[in-house]
Order: sequence, then structure tokens, then C-alpha cells
Amino acid sequence: MHSLNRRGFLGLTAGLSLAALAGCGTAEPTTAASTPRTGGRLRAAFAGGGAKEVLDPHLANLFVEAARSKALYDKLADLGPDVSAQPRLAEKWEPDATLTRWRITLRQATFHNGQPVRADDVLASYARILDPARAFRAKSSLALIDLPNSRAVDERTVEFALKRPFVEFPNVLAAFGAYIVPAGTEDFTTPVGSGPFSFTSFEPGRSVLLKRYDGYWEGAPHLDELEFVIANEESARANALLGGQVEYAHDLTPTTARGHAAGDRMAIHRAPNSAVQAFAMKLDRPPFDNRDLREAMFLLADRPQLVESVLAGSGQVGNDLFGKGYQHYADDVPQRTRDLDKAKFLIKRAGAEGLTVKLDTSTAAAGMVEAATVFADQVKGSGLTVEVVTGNKDSYWSDTLKNGSLSSFRSGAMPIETHIAQRLLSGSGTNVTKWARPEFDALYDKAVSTVDDKQRGEVYREMQRSLHAEGGYLMWGFADWIVGTAPNVGGISTAPANTLDWARFDKVWLG
Amino acid sequence: MSLRRYAVRRLALGLVQVLAVVTVVFLLVQALPGDAAVALAGDNPDPRRIEQIRAAMGLDRPPLERFGEWVGGLARGDFGVSLISGRPVVEFLHDGLGPTLVLAVLALVLLIPLSVLLGVLAALREGGPVDRVVTTVTVGLHSIPEFALAVVLIAVFGVQLGWLPPTAVGADLLAQPAVLVLPLVVLVARPLCSISRLVRAGMIDALASDHVRHALRLGIGVTRVRFAHALPSALAPAVQQVARTTDWLLGGVIVVEAVFVIPGLGTILVDAVAGRDLPVVQGLAVVFAVTTVVVNLVADLLVFRLAPRSVAIA
Repeated sequence: MHSLNRRGFLGLTAGLSLAALAGCGTAEPTTAASTPRTGGRLRAAFAGGGAKEVLDPHLANLFVEAARSKALYDKLADLGPDVSAQPRLAEKWEPDATLTRWRITLRQATFHNGQPVRADDVLASYARILDPARAFRAKSSLALIDLPNSRAVDERTVEFALKRPFVEFPNVLAAFGAYIVPAGTEDFTTPVGSGPFSFTSFEPGRSVLLKRYDGYWEGAPHLDELEFVIANEESARANALLGGQVEYAHDLTPTTARGHAAGDRMAIHRAPNSAVQAFAMKLDRPPFDNRDLREAMFLLADRPQLVESVLAGSGQVGNDLFGKGYQHYADDVPQRTRDLDKAKFLIKRAGAEGLTVKLDTSTAAAGMVEAATVFADQVKGSGLTVEVVTGNKDSYWSDTLKNGSLSSFRSGAMPIETHIAQRLLSGSGTNVTKWARPEFDALYDKAVSTVDDKQRGEVYREMQRSLHAEGGYLMWGFADWIVGTAPNVGGISTAPANTLDWARFDKVWLG
Repeated sequence: MSLRRYAVRRLALGLVQVLAVVTVVFLLVQALPGDAAVALAGDNPDPRRIEQIRAAMGLDRPPLERFGEWVGGLARGDFGVSLISGRPVVEFLHDGLGPTLVLAVLALVLLIPLSVLLGVLAALREGGPVDRVVTTVTVGLHSIPEFALAVVLIAVFGVQLGWLPPTAVGADLLAQPAVLVLPLVVLVARPLCSISRLVRAGMIDALASDHVRHALRLGIGVTRVRFAHALPSALAPAVQQVARTTDWLLGGVIVVEAVFVIPGLGTILVDAVAGRDLPVVQGLAVVFAVTTVVVNLVADLLVFRLAPRSVAIA
């Protein structure tokens, strides 16, 4: 069996495609894609999981599965451009004074089989996700719903009982995979949802064909048909786009984007603040249980250089805080910059001179190995040595949650509250930095029971200030999410990946 | 020993080999870091969730028990179900086998006549300009790795000139044969060299052999001597190489499948290993092992027919 070195291969492909294009001066003129037009089939190429892909929206895990689920189904809420929950199938939500009972009014929407979306469908969908014998991804988000005490008030009103007061309940309704399916659905071979497109056909690992659903509650899509095709290699997605085999290529590299930005054969769409790039230091063990050493690390990172070299400029510098541009982001915290002298001083004070630290990384996410290598270089001359260790990509996240003291980290978009709940509380399931402080947990409880938006925002800011000063995440940059389309494709949003408007094909048209 | 008894013995041995391969594959996948639950949890590796996934997948049972159950099922022709999607493994094999078979069969249909033709031509004009050109071109092609050739062909013919589709993304291979042109060129390029070189060498030897010279002395026509007497024994060594190539093609050439987006067995294998989807990996191992055993057996029997003295059946 021949092995393929992805990285070398991608570089080679990109280079050769560029070389090939350089000689090609005249292409057809760019079609104006500014006015929406109805009709046509858009073919969208995504990376997939091969034949293990499923159409069950509750099992969705990959980007392609999320995009398909979004086309076929709806959630009660979804994340807006500032990554705050926006009503979708839920027309409105009203908590009671205790924040433990939430009344949700559903929109007048119908499934593709003509049946209305009822309160019972919502309860049945959530009951399926919360089934103790199963392991759906949205389960942990939905776990605070007290389902036996929740009820359908009438056809279009659900009353949820919560196990504790939680003002951010709409974030739960927008959780990844929390889609509403018709009550009792277990067979997803011909899925029926309430989304903008209805199902036509599915070949696992190859393609899914959907067609416009005229009865969509938000108005029918522009496209007649939408086809998702699978191409795992980024170069293949770019080539298929250049060759006119697809009109939408998801997740392109900054190198490809740079090469084609000026040309007229593909349009490049960048969605800023889509993925945070970071290093995670563990606070519960040496050497980063020492605050001085953590601060030294913060000061050693040359963020603009990391963004320029690792992200090929397709991104922005980070300030060690998650969620730049999102609701409740603490943008008043001064931006950290490199300060070698102060870092040296802090390393000396921490007694860490001459220390070698292992930095665990892998190819589990784009750019992580490159960032680790560049950072190891930036640390040189500080008295500290960073040794890059590349691990197995398939078990990387689980490995680095437990082992080592310093690791590469990357995360997609989610509300800042969700980031905190999942990663920064004493009982969080994926607390990589082992940040566990009772006073911080108390602030979180205070925030999620503070009804007033402004006051709550102030609590989140206070939490972020303490993370910025003492936390374990060195968040050096925010990567753009890059999508390529044919020049005649219009209506592509630049909202962060994983939010409502990302890969939202009901708003897209072929000019 | 008769040919039939030989074949039966080889098949029995093959069965043992398949079982051995499956056992080794099982042990190797067990030795890989992480299991299907860890791979599925991905960047959300909450230990509680991983435990739930493990329980839902039945991974909390002892590995030996699961393996025994799977082998028991295999005896009844049941390949089990995928840990991740719950789909029967047979469906994966069926889905992946189609594209892989299409590519393999078409590649062999092109490869065998072409390499024999080139080999014979070169041998008959040994040392002449035709021989030199054929040698230079085939050796040149052999020295280019598949992925490099694929990248160049795609960049030139797929993207710049736009003559051929750069990938087979979303295509039905047989309904849109244009998508197969570039992958087939890449698949045929390297084996073409090794096989035509073997045919050439075999032909030169055969033409110089006693029985061919004797046939010529008997006054049999040159054409008939070349093709009825020399060629069969010249082909014998090449048959083994064709068998190896067939085996390679039927295993799903991962590089070609990845670059041209052809969802064959190789792609399924890569995905299954990355997802630690053990039943699927084992199912593929069975298919690959059976293919290897059968292809090599057929090759040996064929060689025996072509040149009985060159194979010792004992």
C-alpha cells in the first residue's frame, strides 16, 4: 500500500495548479452574482467521513453532516453572526422569574411530508437525544432539561423545566445537533425534516441530493437542487471547483485562497473569527502551575508572525481570550504583544531557566504542527526550550486532555458561555487547561442567573479578565474560514463557521 | 500431484492465511492509540461522553469476546456492522468494490495488451530505435510516483486546458467515462514499465532458446514460432507481475482514489482506520487477503499452463 504524505502533496498540488494557472491569462469574464436568481443545481464539495456518514441529524459530527442537517432540518434556535442564539423554529422564548421554566412558542412550520411541527415533535426529539442508552453529541448540552417535568402546553407551545436556573437556555436550543425531527423517527434512510430542502437521494461517502422545499417557513430557497459531494483532499475540492465540477468548495487552505484571490476562476469567501488557534498549558501540574511561567509564555508569542506564517495572513491576532467578535467578548482588555526581556525575567523568577518543555501537537487540525514549530522557534533565546512532539491525530484531543503539560489547541465557534461551561469550570468535561477555581465557578453561576444583559456581560468580562491574566490558554490567533465558489454564486455569508449563516444554501443563488 | 489437488491444497492454505491476516489486523488496530469512541468524540473528548459512546458501541466488552463473536459471524457469512454508522459492513464492501473493480478491470484491460505489445516489439527490435524509445519512455514513467503524475496531469489537462474532468467527484464512473481517463493513465503508467520489461526480457530469452531455434529449423513460419512458441514461455515471468499488479489494483490504490475522489476500497480503508471502525477494517482485511490468495493461485495455474516446466508442483 502506498502512503500519501498529505502536506507535501497539498503543497505540490497548490504549486502546480498555480503554475498551470499562471500561463492562463484570459478566462471568461466574471459573472455578476449580485442579484438573486431562482433555479439551478448547486454542487457543494465538502470533506467527509467516507462511508461512515449518516443522515441522522442527531449523529451529525462532521462539517458536511452539519451542513446537510441544516438544509434538511431546523433547530429551535441557531447562532447569529455574533454567535448569540437567534430564534429559528422557536418564534420566541419566555423564561419565568426563576429562570427554571421556559415557554417556547413554535413557528407555524411544516415537515416535508406536510405535517405541522408540533410541540410533541420537539419533546420527542429532545427525548431521543437524551436517551441514556445513546451517545448523541447534543446530549451534554441538553442535560439540564428536566424532561419528565417538561410538557406540551398546546400544539405550538412547549414548556421546558430546567434542573437549575439558566438564562442562556437559548444557547442550548442552538446546540450542535439539537435538530427537531418528527416524533418517533428512527429510520433516516429517507429523512423528513422541516428545513429549506427536502431529501431526494443519498449515496454514503459520495453524494446527497436535495431539492427545494417550497413550503419552508422562512420562504423557499433560490436553488432548485442542492447536491453535497464528498472530496476529502483540499486539492481535489479546489480542482473540482476550477474544473467546473462543483460550484462550492468548502474549507480551502489559506495558500489556495492566496493563489486564487486575484484570479477570476474562483471567488474566495473568508469568514473571520471562525476558529481560534491556541496552545493550552495545564495549570494543575509543573511547570505551568507557575503563574510567572505562563505569563512568560504569553509574552514570548509573536502573534502577528504566527498569523502571517501559519495562517498565511488569513486571520487575526488573538489576545488569549476565546470568541473575538462574539457577544460578551472582552474587547477592552489590552492586546498582549511580544516582550522578550520581560519573559526572560519571568522565566528566571520562576526558576525555569534551561528547562525543556514538550509541546504536544498533531495534524488533527490544520496549522497546528506549523504553529507549534514556529512558536518553538520564537521561544529560542528566552532560557526556555520548547520541544515539538507530534502525536497520533485520531486520538489527539483525548490524549492531550489527560496527558502532557503543553499542547496545541483549536476550537470552532460557540457562544462564550458554552466555551466556559465546557472547558473552564471545575466540573467541565473537556477542561484541557485544568483551570478549576471555585470563585470562577461562582461567577459563572452568577452570570447564567443574571437576567439583565448588560450586568451579565459585565460578569463575563470579569471572568475573561481573570483568564487573560492567569489562564492557561495562549490564544494567539483567529483563523478565517475559507470557502471557494464559482464566480456566479451569490449570497455566500461570511458569518463564522458553525453559525446559522455558514453553509446556508437556502440563501445562495446561481447568477 | 494433480493440478486440481494442488489448487485445493492452496485454497485450504489460503483460508489459514486469511484467518492469520484478520487476527494480525485485529491486534494491530487494538495496538493503535485510541478506539472508535475516542476517534468519534474528536475535539470534544469529554471522558463521560466517551464512556457513553463506548457503551453504546459495545466497546466496553472485552476485545477478545468481540473478536470471537466477529469471527463466528464471519463463518456464517456475516461481516458484522460498522461501529460508527451501524450500517452492515457488507454494504461498505459492496459500495467500495464497485469503483475499485471498475478501475482495476479497465486498468488491466489496457495494461496487459499494451505491455505485451510493447515488450514484444522491443524484443523483436532488440537494441534498435524502437527498443530504445520504448525502454526510455517506460522507465521514465516508472520513475514518477503516482501522486506526482496525477498532480501534473490534473493541473495540465484538468485545470489549465480543461480537456478532461480533474476529479471524479460525485460522478457515476461508468455513465461519465471521461472522469476515468486521467486515473487510468496514472494507474497504468508504472506497471506498464515493469510488465513490458519482463515480457521483453522473456521474449529475448525465448527467441534464443533451444526449442524456438529447433522449431525454426523444422521450417515452421517465423510468425508462428514467435507467437505460438516463443511468446507463451516469454509471458510466464510477466504473469506473476500482472498478479501483483492486480492485487495492488484490487486493494484500492489510495493515492489515486484520494486525488481523483473515487470512493473505492482504499478510501473506505483510510476512513475506517482513522475512525478505528474495527469491523469495517477487518471486513476489508478479509477481502484483501482473499483477493491476494486467489489472484496468486490463478497466476500460478496460468503459469503452469503457459510454461509447465517453470513451476514445480510438488
